[in-house]
Order: sequence, then structure tokens, then C-alpha cells
Amino acid sequence: MNYERIKEKLEILADAAKYDVSCSSSGSKRQNKNKGLGDSSGMGICHTHTEDGRCVSLLKILLTNVCIFDCAYCVTRKSNDIKRAAFTVQEVVDLTINFYRRNYIEGLFLSSGIFKSPDATMERLIRVAKKLREEENFNGYIHLKSIPGASDELMQEAGLYADRLSVNIEIPTKAGLKLLAPDKDHKDFIKPMKAVQNSIQIYKSEKKLIKNTPIYAPAGQSTQMIVGATGESDRDIMYSANFFYNKFQMKRVYYSGYIPVANDSRLPAIGTEVPMMRENRLYQTDWLLRFYGFNIQEILNETHQNLDMDIDPKLSWALRNLDQFPIDINKADKRMIARVPGIGMRSVGKIIRARRYRKLNWQHLKAIGISMNRSKYFMTCDSRDFETRDLTSSKIKNLIMLNSNSKYHKNFNNQLNLFS
Amino acid sequence: MTTTLLYDGSLNGLLTTIFIIYDHKIKSPIISKASKTQKNLFDGMEVITTDIDKAKRVWNRFESLCNYRDSHQVYCAFLSEINGIENTIYEYIKSTFQKQKTPSGDFTNPSVLKIAQAAKMVGREKHRMEAFVRFHLIDEKTYYANIEPDFNVLPLITKHFKNRYADQNWVIYDLSRNYGISYDQNIVQEVYIDFKTPKGQRGILNTTATSNKNNIELTTGFQEKENNYRDLWNQYFQSTNIKSRKNLKLHVQHVPKRYWKYLSEKL
Repeated sequence: MNYERIKEKLEILADAAKYDVSCSSSGSKRQNKNKGLGDSSGMGICHTHTEDGRCVSLLKILLTNVCIFDCAYCVTRKSNDIKRAAFTVQEVVDLTINFYRRNYIEGLFLSSGIFKSPDATMERLIRVAKKLREEENFNGYIHLKSIPGASDELMQEAGLYADRLSVNIEIPTKAGLKLLAPDKDHKDFIKPMKAVQNSIQIYKSEKKLIKNTPIYAPAGQSTQMIVGATGESDRDIMYSANFFYNKFQMKRVYYSGYIPVANDSRLPAIGTEVPMMRENRLYQTDWLLRFYGFNIQEILNETHQNLDMDIDPKLSWALRNLDQFPIDINKADKRMIARVPGIGMRSVGKIIRARRYRKLNWQHLKAIGISMNRSKYFMTCDSRDFETRDLTSSKIKNLIMLNSNSKYHKNFNNQLNLFS
Repeated sequence: MTTTLLYDGSLNGLLTTIFIIYDHKIKSPIISKASKTQKNLFDGMEVITTDIDKAKRVWNRFESLCNYRDSHQVYCAFLSEINGIENTIYEYIKSTFQKQKTPSGDFTNPSVLKIAQAAKMVGREKHRMEAFVRFHLIDEKTYYANIEPDFNVLPLITKHFKNRYADQNWVIYDLSRNYGISYDQNIVQEVYIDFKTPKGQRGILNTTATSNKNNIELTTGFQEKENNYRDLWNQYFQSTNIKSRKNLKLHVQHVPKRYWKYLSEKL
């Protein structure tokens, strides 16, 4: 192995792959078999975090950054003048195995620029995964990219070796896609998703009848959307995320604040700040949908098209629905406790277990660890001391923001003074 | 008057102590590690000799009254080695025996909350160690890693590493507690290494040992190939970073500085 050459390739191809934000290595059921290498049946592990605070759990690289497409938002687009490189199948296998053995990574996340044709690219990705599984007896996590436009047969094969498959739809609206990636067709993204979803269902139902049916993409599918490239609203983004969760049983939808990589009049200019705050609010909304039992229409709708930047979406929802509060923490059902701002799902579980023993008061709730600053306006407990003033939404919001200590606070101080 | 009971620091020692408290009907005991306690002139003091049978009796009874999650939580809390955790564990077990069931979930009870919090801290540290162990190939076939965890988590991570690296020999050594675990593709054993270099000076590279009890030969230095992989990993770590999203506060929150000396990418 020519080490210097590999290092150079790694530099180019890891750099090109880093805009894919998916980093999860959990949700697979692949156990170590025959005393081989690796096990991905447990929880995901972040082996380190880069200086931007994002986790490193997989070796995330492109097989090649040669690409026949010219999507405006992408670094590896055909017209971009950058160094190109390509790994051989064996090089990727060696890197993965040797990194894994040293406990650097949980597995491989392999993507690629599209060279020659979608099928030729997909076929090469599958060869890496197949070699890892069959020749190296590797049971670590493998995340393969589904190449838009790849045939159903190849997608079917990919799932036999990969734990997760993903297609990034990147642009949440069809109009945006037409503008920024004129050679790509919306259908090409949907087709591999459908193929994988079908296979997952087939293998699952077969597994019920025949025990030794091989596992097929046990960690499911995910996708990613770029935020802030085409002027779409939060509602556009979250409604399409919701569509993918429901229609394709996606395990995750990732939101990636657009990082300007090109001087293109259709896109934000280079040097524009990455919309990290907005990204954060979108993830919070995503969590409310998946774990807190919220319906998307409750959070984003015709009259409320964008998320508030200064407060989290749950607080924002609660302030718009003050008629449902305050709740009695000792009596309310799980669903309503989960809707109180400042109470997370962990605390919901603790409150429900703890109140079986005795009625909870403010001290108890504080000791359990819920955020009193946000929650106290929305509940009562075993105490005579509770919010008796009839406060308006904007008053509550101001009181909460006065006492909160967000890292984004500096962005909002002016607004606060203006309206209070 | 309080009675201070000194035990040897092992779980069996603590359980024996709890047995003795019941047996001798000791009122207001203070349980403490023998190695950590200074002599107190005014209070009674008793040194407990660990007795496996007595310990087993206490543990078996306790286990029979709770589910695995609760007893594992108590075990994790014990591994935290937090000052005074012994008395909290005693309170917890006492309450279990009194009511014939664990007070698990009664978070308004301070000892229950404390056990849950301590166990949570230990669980986090266990997870961190599963992430931050960095193996180095020190001879033809042994992968070696030094760690200095906040809590005594080696017993908790054994299974994870055994399942995962079933086909390679590895050693993980806890420098602060001076013992390690070693796997020979068959079973995991405890090992002790007499290091040449003093404690403060052992980085990831300094794994030289003179003699040891369990026959693990640690040799000096690395092969060139090993340095190459470390270098490739460092390269990957640099290349995968997005500079325009720099957020050092978040970075340090996830990768606290105290672990940096054993993380090759942070050296």
C-alpha cells in the first residue's frame, strides 16, 4: 500500500464527503458471527468530534469525486475546478478494517460521485460492501449511498450487505431542484427509496416465516435536505420531511444548513453565514414529531409558516395554545406532560414513575432535573405556590427569555427591548 | 454515636459490611474504604474482613427483590467510587429489605435519586470509554490501549470489546487504577503491568513494561506501519472538519480535554 498516495486521496475524498451529515451508527441488529470482526448490535458510538462539534462515528468517504452531474450546490459538480481522485475497492476495504481494529470508527459510510452511469457507480459501492462482509467477515456498520437512478436489482443487492441505505433529496421542493440541478429528475431520487422500502418489507415478512432469511438493511433508510439554499420556508422543509417519514418509513431525515461552496447567482454567496440556528430549530421540530407525539400541522401551518428563531418550537406551540395549560403534573397524562415546555421525554418518564410514590412539588421537580424557567408557567403541582397572574403569551415569552441563557441570546437582545 | 466501618474497597467487601450492620445491629454506621480513611479518635471504628458467603447472601436477597435494571444500577453506582456512595447504597438496600421491593423510580427519595444519578454518570463514562479507546498494534498481533477513566468502568466495557474484537488480541489498561483487561481470542482476564516509566509520563506511545504477572510482553515503540495508520486517522480527522461551522465549545463538551492525551487525533 502506497501510504503517501492513500493519505492524499483520503484528504480529497474525506473532504468531499463531509457535507453528508448522517453520522448515525445505531439501529442495526448485526451481531458478531463466527468470531469475526465487529459487532453493530449495540447503540451507536461517536468515536470523536471534529472542531465543528460534529461527531465522527463512521469513516465517511467518497469512492471518487469524479462526477458527470453539475448540481450547483455540490462541491464535486462537474464544472468545479478541484483535484479529483478515486479509491480502489481494496484500498477502501483496507482502510476500513484497519481503522475499525484500532477502535477509531464504527464502520464505513461510502458515497460516490457518479462516474460513467448510476448503475456502474452503485455496482462499485456494492463491491466494497460485499468484500467487507464476505472476505473480511466484517460485522461493523456499513452505510451505502443509493445512487439516484440505480436499477432496482442493484438496490436489492445493496441492502444485503449494508446496514443503512440513503438517498439525499437535497432540495426540498421540486422547483428548487429544477433550478439548481437541471440534469436530475425528482423521480430518480424516489425510485431507489421505493425499491429499498419494498425489499425491507419483503425480507421482514419472510423472516417471520423462515428464520434464516438474511437481514436486509436492518438500520433502514435515511435522507438529507439542504436548508437555506433556495429560499424555501420551514413549512416546505418539514412537510416534505414528514412525507418521507410516513411514506417511506425513513429512520431519519437530516437537515444540513447550506455551506456556500460556489459563486453562483442562484445560491447564497460564499462567506454567507451557515444557518445553524435554523438547522437546530428544524431538528427540534423533527424530534417533536418523532418522539413527543406532535402533529406537523400543530407546529407549522398556513398561518405559521416559519419556526420562531428566538424560542424553541415546543415553547412556541405552547404559547399559541395557552388554553390547554396549566396542567396538573400529578394528574395529567403522558401526552400532555410531554407537551410542557422544558420537560423532555426522559423527565416525562421520571415524573410518571416518581408520582406513583407521592405527589410531586416544585422541589421534587427541580431535583428530577426539569427546566423550571420554561415549565413553571404551564403547570401546577402539589404546592400553593403557582403562577396566579393571568399572563399573555408575549409576557410569558419575555419573562422566560429574560431568565434564559442561550448561546444565541446575543442575536435577540435587541428584539426583546423593542417589543417589551 | 456513629460507627465507622472500614472495608477493602470491593463490592463483596461492601456487601459483607452491610451484612455485619444487620448482624451486629449497628446504629448510624459510616461505611468507608480502609485506604481512604484517617483514624478518628472519638468514634468507634471497625475493620471488616470480606467474606464472600456473607456478601452473596446480601446480594442474592437484594437481587431477588428487584429486576436486573435496578441491581445493575446499584452496581454501576458502586463503580463510581464517589465519596459516601457506600452509605447511599446501604440506604437503598435497607429500604429494599424493609419494603420487600426496590424503591426504584421514587425519585423524591434522595438516595434513589443519587443512585440513579451516579449510575448515569458511570454509564456515560462507560460509553465514552467505548468511544475513546484507541488501540495501537504493539507487536505482530496485540492491540494495546491506555485509558484513565473517571470511574472504574473496565468491568462494564469488557463484554462490548469481547464481542466486537473477537478475532484479535487486545489489552486495555486503566492507568489510574493500575489494572487492565486482556483478551486472547478466548477469555478476558485481569492483568497488572509494572511500568518502567512513572505514572505521569505515560502517553499513548509509552507502553513499555519490564515484567508482569500475567505474561503479557509489551515491547517498545511501534512499527512504522502503525504510525502510518495513526497518521491516516489524523488526516481523516482534519479533512472531515468543516471550518465554516467551527464550534470549539461544542467540540470540548463532547471530547473533554482530560481525555486528549490518549486520543491520537488530539495530540
